[in-house]
Amino acid sequence: MTSREIAFVVVGAITALSALLAVTTKQVVHAALWLLVSLGALAGAYVVLGQELVGIVQLLVYVGAIVVLVLFALMLTRAPIGRHPGIDTPRWERFLAAALGGATTALLASVLLPMFASARVSEDAPATPAIGEAVFGTWVWPFELLSVLLLVALVTAFAVSRIVLHHEGEAP
Amino acid sequence: MSEGWNVLEVVLRAVAVLAAFLVLPLLVGQTEHKVMAHMQGRLGPMYAGGFHGWAQLVADAVKFIQKEDITPARADRGVFRLAPFVALIPYLVAMAVVPLSPTIVGADVPGSALLVLAATGVGIIGTLMGGWASASKYSMLGAMRAAAQLVSYELPMVLAVASVALAAGTLSMVGIAEAWTPWWLLWQAPGAFVFLVAALAELQRPPFDMPIADSELVFGIFTEYTGLRFAFFLLAEYAGIVLFSLIFSVLWLGGWAGPFEAGLGWLWTILKAYAIAVLMIWLRVSWPRLREDQLQRLAWVWLVPIALLQLAITAVGVVMMR
Repeated sequence: MTSREIAFVVVGAITALSALLAVTTKQVVHAALWLLVSLGALAGAYVVLGQELVGIVQLLVYVGAIVVLVLFALMLTRAPIGRHPGIDTPRWERFLAAALGGATTALLASVLLPMFASARVSEDAPATPAIGEAVFGTWVWPFELLSVLLLVALVTAFAVSRIVLHHEGEAP
Repeated sequence: MSEGWNVLEVVLRAVAVLAAFLVLPLLVGQTEHKVMAHMQGRLGPMYAGGFHGWAQLVADAVKFIQKEDITPARADRGVFRLAPFVALIPYLVAMAVVPLSPTIVGADVPGSALLVLAATGVGIIGTLMGGWASASKYSMLGAMRAAAQLVSYELPMVLAVASVALAAGTLSMVGIAEAWTPWWLLWQAPGAFVFLVAALAELQRPPFDMPIADSELVFGIFTEYTGLRFAFFLLAEYAGIVLFSLIFSVLWLGGWAGPFEAGLGWLWTILKAYAIAVLMIWLRVSWPRLREDQLQRLAWVWLVPIALLQLAITAVGVVMMR
């Protein structure tokens, strides 16, 4: 085993373990914090595989923005310290979720493993220019479509919030 | 043999970064004592250590170590205790990739400009954790203000850095500083202004200190912290000043560009960063605190459009000069 492989096993184990803790913990803010560890360790996995840019962007977008928004939303609504019976799930829901999660994992593994098990990537080639060329060359149209979709979502969210205010008769 | 030397080099670099991380914030702190004092027509600390109170911060550190480490009874103990470190470590990581000269850099990473942004973006997690885990209304409100502020100012900051990266054609901070010419002082001026304002907001320094507004929230997320843990939060703030000043100096002021560049380049980077740090202190003394809505307005109505305009100007410049 090379040191790179050992590092990959370590970050992979951290990712999987913290993801498991995120869905099993009984405290809602702890779940968000474990999710954070999981996403951060995933960034580490990208870096170990030589995809530095993807790793940094993962850190910037998921850890620095998405989870911050999740935490922010939790604090705005209800984030009790310690367990809270009001936001617990009944036993049958937990079993169902575990079964569904397991089934999804099995499905993904059965599809992805045969496809990519023998694929090899060179870890030391500079990956950043290649990603730039792929996003703004080959995949430029899907990329632009996605940005339009996000813009539509943004405008819609804005419109929805204004309409609600209007119905309540408050000043905009 | 060479393997051993490599390990030794990595250890030495890590120690050097840690030393810079612990010493430079003290330097900025002492400067703040003195600059603020003189701007307000008073002396500042004068007794500790003898000459002009140079040891005041050391005395403060000893005081912090001696204080009792209190965790509120209803707090979430684990998260509460972990939060100061989560706030501190991202700045340490970011410090490791900021170059003082092409050769004096903790770790020369190809995407370092993006990495420092990502690392500083993670620092907010510590604030949120501390604010939530304190089990105090003031801390919670402070954390929410901080999160709203940092999410807003992240965008103009990223856009401003994207502009210089575009101008230089690389994401490496060493590469950007090498591509720098005095012409950038004019060409990249709007982006530089945006970055400086966003950096102040990111550090939650006055006039952007709504999250710790003492007249409303006691001390925001720091309300329940004492002793060493509070000192770590404080160290994170001053390390942040050092970090953003260094980034500004490298990206917008050419870093080591100056006379005797080959030998004294690192000194130029530090001197330029020091000037920026003094400017940040000056802004703290001169401006009153912004209200929450004014603060959000500044980010979305002024900084984001200016940063977008700067990106357009940069793009035109790059295409025309090619």
